[in-house]
Amino acid sequence: MLRYANPANFLRLARVGIPLAGGLSALLFAVGLWLVFARSPADYQQGETVRIMYIHVPAAWLGMASYSLMALSALGTLVWRHPLADVSAKALAPIGAAFTLLCLVTGSLWGKPMWGTWWVWDARLTSVLVLFLMYAGIMALWNAFEDPARAGRAVAVLTLVGFVNIPIVKFSVDWWNTLHQPASVIRLDGPTIHPSMLTPLLVMAFAFTALLLALHMMGMRNEILARRIRALGLTAARGEEAAE
Amino acid sequence: MSAFFGEHGGFILASYAAALVVISGLVARAVVEHRLRRRELERLEAKGVRRRSETAA
Repeated sequence: MLRYANPANFLRLARVGIPLAGGLSALLFAVGLWLVFARSPADYQQGETVRIMYIHVPAAWLGMASYSLMALSALGTLVWRHPLADVSAKALAPIGAAFTLLCLVTGSLWGKPMWGTWWVWDARLTSVLVLFLMYAGIMALWNAFEDPARAGRAVAVLTLVGFVNIPIVKFSVDWWNTLHQPASVIRLDGPTIHPSMLTPLLVMAFAFTALLLALHMMGMRNEILARRIRALGLTAARGEEAAE
Repeated sequence: MSAFFGEHGGFILASYAAALVVISGLVARAVVEHRLRRRELERLEAKGVRRRSETAA
């Protein structure tokens, strides 16, 4: 880990890691979509609409996973002062927001034919909406500071405070009576979903995870370049001031 | 769509279209941002601007 704490080392790692993770994601998406549309059956109750699950559920998982990674990065910023921690956190915010938005949109598109409504204010849906709003607030806070190091510390505090929402999202279906169904994959007593649907779901989840890895590395690479540009811009400005 | 996915085919198609838009948007944003930043970095370096650590070496 510490070996890649240096941005130059990270950029070398990203040069190999981005095409690897991107290629793996594309391959898994191809296999996953084939399983979803050619192999998996329609649900006995929900019919063909169950196919929405194969993007809705991975999007939900990644929305929560991205926030959990941001919280880990926040600890890296505040506790260990890892030089790439806030770069990692900043790169994750728009990706997590996009996956959470996709979860909300596909959930709504699944809810309308199954529940007869696009939206209900139940605990699961509301806590996921709060997660999306947290992402939006964090992205706004990143843009409110000129100095990325100061922004990093403020965002890290907000991220850790907001992390309390992650267990609420996960356990909302157990703690409250919700229209949303309870967990059927990540359960202490094992998945309750049939293997013919579980396999394509897991393949799609791995495809989304590899995509997250590739996008995260791309975002971190872009943020490192942005900070180099900022540093060079400041050096150039100081040089011009000294010449005058 | 209903021929393939029954009466709710439109909802299924809209979900996968949303996923395509979100994923391609994220990838396009990352790729375009990288190109713009590389170009900006090359422009600054061509002007002879160097980081303090590089000029000291």
